[in-house]
Amino acid sequence: MLSFIGKRLLVAIPTLLVIITLAFALLHAAPGGPFDSDKVLVPEIRAAIEARYHLDEPVPMQYLRYLGGVVRGDFGPSFQYQDSSVNDLIAQGLPIDLAIGLLAMGLALLIGVPLGVVAALRRNTVWDRAASAIALLGISVPTYVTAPLLVLLFAVSLRWLPAGDWGEGALRNLVLPVVALSLPYVAYIARLLRASLLDVLHTPWVRTARAKGMPWRTVLLRHALRPALLPLVAFLGPATVGVITGSIAIETVFGLPGIGRFFVDGAFNRDYTVVMGVTILYGVLIVLANLLADVVQALLDPRMRP
Amino acid sequence: MSAVLALQVDGLSVTHAAADGARTVVSDVSFSLPRGRILGIAGESGCGKTQLLLALLGLSPAGAQVGGSALLSGQQLVGADRRVLRRLRGNRIAMVFQDPMTALIPYLTIGTQLAEVLQVHRGLSKSQALLHSQQMLEAVGIDAPARRLRQHPHELSGGMRQRVLLAMALLCEPDVLLADEPTTALDVTVQAQILDLLLDLRERLGMAVVLVTHDMGVLAQVADDVAVMHAGVLVEQGPVQQLFDAPQSTATQSLLAAARQLSPTAQGLV
Repeated sequence: MLSFIGKRLLVAIPTLLVIITLAFALLHAAPGGPFDSDKVLVPEIRAAIEARYHLDEPVPMQYLRYLGGVVRGDFGPSFQYQDSSVNDLIAQGLPIDLAIGLLAMGLALLIGVPLGVVAALRRNTVWDRAASAIALLGISVPTYVTAPLLVLLFAVSLRWLPAGDWGEGALRNLVLPVVALSLPYVAYIARLLRASLLDVLHTPWVRTARAKGMPWRTVLLRHALRPALLPLVAFLGPATVGVITGSIAIETVFGLPGIGRFFVDGAFNRDYTVVMGVTILYGVLIVLANLLADVVQALLDPRMRP
Repeated sequence: MSAVLALQVDGLSVTHAAADGARTVVSDVSFSLPRGRILGIAGESGCGKTQLLLALLGLSPAGAQVGGSALLSGQQLVGADRRVLRRLRGNRIAMVFQDPMTALIPYLTIGTQLAEVLQVHRGLSKSQALLHSQQMLEAVGIDAPARRLRQHPHELSGGMRQRVLLAMALLCEPDVLLADEPTTALDVTVQAQILDLLLDLRERLGMAVVLVTHDMGVLAQVADDVAVMHAGVLVEQGPVQQLFDAPQSTATQSLLAAARQLSPTAQGLV
């Protein structure tokens, strides 16, 4: 298992190199630069700024210089936020995204898994229909609609919870963003688990387990649920990264100082290093999450063991 | 022969709910099976053989109607309480399924899958159950049984998996063993080994066996009595020799003719 993980990490290096190269090429191919603006800079000042950030060098030189920095773990200075390095911005924003994202995924599992199991076991009953209706709602209504609606109800009308702001991570401030972020994932998880559990419940081995006289609870937990979780685990790897990175709408609605904001501002302002740094961070997260999903799958399914 | 029959089935019927109304898959089936005897049930695919066995286990599909009577050593199975049936399954009446490649769960070790039967029905600890399972694997002719317990189904050959399924069904030494095409998925040499094993175990444990197959050659080898099933109905039953010598129904005649065409050995046996 350890050598399997080692190999996968080695394979991740070329993957990340491709991501870095593509992102670098795309950014530099886009028209405009970080210091283009409506007011024309004095040529000498402009030259001085570009020299400071090595923008006067040929692009391949810049690429190699940047790559050298990345290898040392230095993502360079931000062009837009003076006096802040990209490392600083990530260190500031990532904990917020991690906290909200992981809490949202935990909540989604906590609600989605039982919902999916009930829907599968009570197939074609009121319970199943109710669970499916909740799931459909969660999938089809986007976050930027549910988030303001939640704010309107719980913050503006009922005044139970704050409408936004990070508030040093106080639980009261986390509730609404976490709930809003988790809703679509509750739906995905419930639907995925319902389908895979129904599949497993019709397998010959479940029939064998029942013919052996296993109590229904044992059949469900040991013979059915474990295999039914496999597709869910495969989904959870990338989905967890999605929930951490994909919270830009949430950050905006609730005014949270996460990374998404830097990323979007960076893209508008050609803040090369910020966009590159966040892209690489997301790439690393996806590689790690997929690796983790594969390891968990191998633990669940002996046939997948390397 | 003991006073109480191992299995006595009277007018058993199974009706499935279908989109276009009810469909009777087993109709008014009756037979009796003394201890230590092997009853072969023959019939073409889809004639209701498997549904008959599932009804005896109380595992008919949801919405199915089961009528009539089936006594397992005197105990009524039809309409029995779910909990009572569960305690009998795998314990007093056990089943070996058709396809050894899919009937074992791929995610658990052989040891866990065997031991849980004894843990549930006999209340043994896991280690006691594993020890007993190892002995049973040895009894069904599996080499290196201690190692097999730690392996997963995909690491075993088809013949070995069929033996594991057989061992699993025999763990509690049931009164009645239901075997659904236990050799169909296997090649000829392994098939012969499994059948020998069945005869040997019947001898040693004195259990009654219902052997379901479409292969008349297999029945000629091991069955004491044969019943022929066609479209959910038992059209003919009797001692194996009598049925093979003077088949009465067209269903029996066509099954025998098919066996003779396919396999010269079956003809020799008849």
